[in-house]
Amino acid sequence: MISGNLHTYLVVAVVLLCLGLYGMMQHRSLIGMLISIELILNGAGLNFMAFNRFLAPDPAVGQIFALFIMGLAAAEAAIAVSLIFAVYRKYKTSDPEQISDLRG
Amino acid sequence: MAYGILTEIFFYLFLLLIGFGALVAVSSHILIKAVMGLAMAMFGVAGLYLYLNSPFLALMQILIYVGAVCIMIVFGIMVGYTPRQLAEYAIGPENTILAVITVLLTSGVLLFGLARTQWVKAAGAGSGDYSLAFLGKTLVNRFGLAFELISVVLLIAIVGAVAITWNGKRRGLKSD
Repeated sequence: MISGNLHTYLVVAVVLLCLGLYGMMQHRSLIGMLISIELILNGAGLNFMAFNRFLAPDPAVGQIFALFIMGLAAAEAAIAVSLIFAVYRKYKTSDPEQISDLRG
Repeated sequence: MAYGILTEIFFYLFLLLIGFGALVAVSSHILIKAVMGLAMAMFGVAGLYLYLNSPFLALMQILIYVGAVCIMIVFGIMVGYTPRQLAEYAIGPENTILAVITVLLTSGVLLFGLARTQWVKAAGAGSGDYSLAFLGKTLVNRFGLAFELISVVLLIAIVGAVAITWNGKRRGLKSD
């Protein structure tokens, strides 16, 4: 029974983290990096839930932590999208290579 | 018995969804496709939450991540990217090589640690009350302060997002 094993979930979380890292270095746009960050946060939440289910004595703590991760991810995505919006208005591009001057 | 086999089949299906979705999300050069991959991977993670005794978290995962975050990213793509930029141009090969090396090293270290560690169960692990009522009570009693703090964080994030975009608009008009 692979679904009742702690290691399965931890390996899935490692896969999510590593794919997110790869995407962060590979993507060449702010939105692509944001997508990769969301993948990494998902991996972290899955980790908390797995430890909560299999190791922790209190069943609520891990779930609450995963909920907080979700809330913070939503807030972070809102801020990031609005930043991209502002950058696009100012520079007329969202290419991170071209957004290089400090006091434009 | 048949029920157990069906559960396992669905578990593999969720794993496949996560793997394929995450691969699409990081490797696609078309951003809309990448967002679709992200949504797929999040659906898969929501499925895994079901197996971890938490249907409420699975629902929240679908509502918040698939429903809210992905839609917001799609908005970002629609606003901030002209059609020419929708297809990202290719990144240099040396960057890809560095990324692959980093990922291999990270995953190697983590998987090595995972295999070497002896996980010890706490007494009574996995047998507590997983009901939504207990979760809610714990959230507002023991974690009341954290609950209030994250509410404040969300409020500040909303106000900050509005302020950032509004400011940018005013400056843009002035310079035009």
